[in-house]
Amino acid sequence: MIEVVAPGPLALVEDLGRPGLAAIGVARSGAFDRGSLRLANRLVGNDEGAAGIEALAGGLALRATVPLVVAVTGADGPVTVRGPSRAVRQMPRRSPLHLAADDVLELGAPSTGLRSYVAVRGGIALRRTLGSASFDTMSRLGPAPLAVGDRLPVGCAVLGTPHVDHAPARPAAPALRVLPGPRDDWFGEAGLAALAGTEWAVSPASDRVGVRLDGGPLARARSGELPSEPMVPGALQVPPGGRPVLLGPDGPTTGGYPVIGVVVDADLDRVAQLRPGELLRLTIVR
Amino acid sequence: MSLPFGVRRCGDRGLLVDADDAAGIAAAVEALALAGVVEVVPGAAAVLVRHDASADPRALATVLAGVEPLARSTESGVLVEVPVVYDGADLDDVAAATGLTAADVVRLHSAAEYDVAFCGFAPGFAYLRGLDARLAVPRLAAPRTRVPAGSVAVADTWSAVYPRESPGGWRLLGRTDAAVWDSARTPPALLAPGTRVRFVEVRP
Repeated sequence: MIEVVAPGPLALVEDLGRPGLAAIGVARSGAFDRGSLRLANRLVGNDEGAAGIEALAGGLALRATVPLVVAVTGADGPVTVRGPSRAVRQMPRRSPLHLAADDVLELGAPSTGLRSYVAVRGGIALRRTLGSASFDTMSRLGPAPLAVGDRLPVGCAVLGTPHVDHAPARPAAPALRVLPGPRDDWFGEAGLAALAGTEWAVSPASDRVGVRLDGGPLARARSGELPSEPMVPGALQVPPGGRPVLLGPDGPTTGGYPVIGVVVDADLDRVAQLRPGELLRLTIVR
Repeated sequence: MSLPFGVRRCGDRGLLVDADDAAGIAAAVEALALAGVVEVVPGAAAVLVRHDASADPRALATVLAGVEPLARSTESGVLVEVPVVYDGADLDDVAAATGLTAADVVRLHSAAEYDVAFCGFAPGFAYLRGLDARLAVPRLAAPRTRVPAGSVAVADTWSAVYPRESPGGWRLLGRTDAAVWDSARTPPALLAPGTRVRFVEVRP
């Protein structure tokens, strides 16, 4: 078992979500930074899609009730293990860590990035809803956010033995790549130029549903109402106010605001690591 | 990249097809079972076709541009009868706004046959097309913070049943005890795209 000593601001159980159910209104959900969850699982020898914990900012503390192998990925920042004797060890991220019974794993405030992922060898074995143990913050499907005293069972989602000593950090890229459309014609070339030419600020009102971007605002080249149409994670939906909302994994499956562009799949994980107040540039690719 | 008229990029893993009959196009694309296509999602007037990295978006777009909608499933689709107690909080307001009596509103709402055009807003929330044009009313100016599960409602040209308690701005005509959403059931949504629906008046 893993016992939650402190959840920090928000700690959620997430796997790779519920893809393929948008036609009945169910969002993909799952880890916001899928690459980091997959890496954490690989480091402990798990199936890449095993359920782990997505921790927002710092403050998560987990106690091992039995010896466990865990790994922490995602954001960068201090990781410590506090033993029963109160001895504190600084531990690396992106590396398998051995916890003895009663050891407490603590995540400090990230120095870069926002979301950390904790994988435990065997995976977290909670009941699945529609094939996934992920919590969807908008539809409330899946296990509730972690609270003090929660005890999480560890499963057997292992593929092999942990064999990677330490994975390299990914270098940060300067801008997110955006493919125009499907409704870039609502904003014209001037709108796309403004999208690429603006230094956007990540709003504190951002979450797994959407990352709100302050700046601009973007002006529409036409008026009218868009019939509600399917949405995808990564879509830059532009409400009438002109400030784009970059949809996250728990975002709506349909929406009525035009999407000027969609962040390319390979850059989506980085959206999870954008911090409130951080400045962001978008590059148009064709 | 230039694509055929009516087909648009939706990121590097999706195409959006404009369509008057989005549900019909979605059903037709599903039936083709195209290689590389991982999901087909209808909206009100467009269909999202999500694909994996193996698909060539340009070639896929050419195929999608030529797809003809499958005929609306007037006889083939599953018909679901939804029992409704017509005692909704907005029934009298809808009657006043449309110049009808409350009894006429109930009669027109329960006389039509609907089908699920698409889902959105919440898991299992189905947009039902087929509403009598005389019942078209705008959404509430200020949405309710709490609409009970099972509320049967109308807005614009649509009708719907709230699958679970949620906020909402549609006009409430009545309520049903049909389990519109159950995430432990297979399938979880009672009203999936293509399903035909009739509302049947019942006494409380």
